[in-house]
Amino acid sequence: MSVLIFVELDEGKLKKSSQEAIFYGAKVAGMLGTSATAVVVGQADDTELASAGRFGATKVLHAADAKLNEPNGMAYATVVAAAAQQESSKVVVLAKSSLADAMTARLAGKLKAGLAANVIELPDLSNGFRVKSSIYTGKAFAYNDLKADVKILAIKKNTITPEETDATATVDAFSPALNDSDFSITVKKTEKATGDVLLPEADLVVSAGRGLKGPENWGIVEELAKALGAATACSKPVSDLDWRPHHEHVGQTGIKVSPNLYIAAGISGAIQHLAGVNSSKVIVVINKDPEAPFFKSADYGIVGDVFEVLPRLTKAVQAL
Amino acid sequence: MKILVCVTSVPDTTTKIAFTDNNTKLNKAGVAFITGPYDDYALARAVELKEKLGASVTVLNVGEADAEPVIRKCLAIGADDAFRVNAEPTDSYFVAEQIAAIAKENNYDLILMGRESIDYNGGQVHGIVGEMLGIPSISPVMLLDIEGDVAKITREIEGGKEELEAKLPLVLGCQEPIAEWKIPNMRGIMTARTKPLRVVEPVGTDKLTAVGSYELPAPRGAVKMIKADEAETLIQLLRTEAKVI
Repeated sequence: MSVLIFVELDEGKLKKSSQEAIFYGAKVAGMLGTSATAVVVGQADDTELASAGRFGATKVLHAADAKLNEPNGMAYATVVAAAAQQESSKVVVLAKSSLADAMTARLAGKLKAGLAANVIELPDLSNGFRVKSSIYTGKAFAYNDLKADVKILAIKKNTITPEETDATATVDAFSPALNDSDFSITVKKTEKATGDVLLPEADLVVSAGRGLKGPENWGIVEELAKALGAATACSKPVSDLDWRPHHEHVGQTGIKVSPNLYIAAGISGAIQHLAGVNSSKVIVVINKDPEAPFFKSADYGIVGDVFEVLPRLTKAVQAL
Repeated sequence: MKILVCVTSVPDTTTKIAFTDNNTKLNKAGVAFITGPYDDYALARAVELKEKLGASVTVLNVGEADAEPVIRKCLAIGADDAFRVNAEPTDSYFVAEQIAAIAKENNYDLILMGRESIDYNGGQVHGIVGEMLGIPSISPVMLLDIEGDVAKITREIEGGKEELEAKLPLVLGCQEPIAEWKIPNMRGIMTARTKPLRVVEPVGTDKLTAVGSYELPAPRGAVKMIKADEAETLIQLLRTEAKVI
């Protein structure tokens, strides 16, 4: 009856958010007096897979069928459901992501599971199974009572800081039967930014709005982001104007981020934008309008011209 | 072609959330309810496909009677008829069961909805419906075209996008820029009054999850202002005080 953790790979490495999920899952396993098993889908070497042990998993089930090399939520759900059955798992833990979202929903359907998304704390088992989650796009929290036999917890990024040990997990090959119907969607083309820090995974984010006046000015945003090792993001109007791609738009109808640091330059802070960033640990706002509502939600603020302030910040970071 | 569009009735995006009854219920006083913003995209694309391909568009809401203004607005925008499953939409599995039950009876070619509701943000209903019906589900869908029985789809992925093809029937979770939101015109509002809105009772009684109580986040502390001509100080503070870089 182990706790099962779905682990995602990024170019053969365990994703950072999945490391958090393993640590979370191992903590839950400890609370339930059982062990934590990770299920990993795709190509990775055994040393990398065994490193799931550093975060608390004792066993890794590795599904390496070449058909699974392309991320596929439906097929991955079939794999994870088979792993849950093999391990008699009543709790499945995973980190929220684009792939995990597609997988989780299918899995919840297969297992008839109670599901909590955007979980931000360890469960309270004192009276049933209660977990705290972020709702209303970060504007509130819910305490969810999971009543189903099987429970799925989709963890929000930065919810838990993993502690590492030097333990390693055993790695077992896992070859469940796959359904042909899970491969009925054909991927024709994939376009993915490379070499940059991906926004949903980023610990540091530098974001900008219409205050930048045009896409030609984004260099000063990118330079600060590069100096910090941060991802770049933008407000909805900027994405609507096609100054920046949609996958950089954070807010109510865009990506929700919860980095350690969110720097907002030339963004006034409409409630819809705040909804996408209010889970950030530290918020810095730079705006020439001292009345910009975003200052009310910030930890640090600078009233000033972004064209002067951002380069100064970049130089200060480079001097560290 | 038959299209089903599933819509939620949610508090307006600018609503300041508050709770009542010892933090067990949303305080609805003064809250305007709207169609889920992502569902609006799904509906707008369905209406465009109706005009282009001659499809029928049915709207489905799982909700109590106070959701009917939202359903009527969807009819005014161009949906042909509607179902309301008379139940409080408390749990994504329960909502998916209702959608799947109606879909099984009516054989839709496309089931569209928003990629998530903006209240519980679960983003799960489309996938569970797909699983229940044994048909593919794809989300978040940014572009959608139909050629014969094949859907051509662009889906957002982390840091990029993916172009996909799949045969109908499909369940899709939609988001911008799949279509421009549509605003009902006067003729639409008048005709919406006479379009059929069937109220049906829910199937199944399983509630796999329930919210015990709610909580608001603690307010952030006061903002620390830094002079623009001392902007470098910020970097030191982020390193030594906030410890985030």
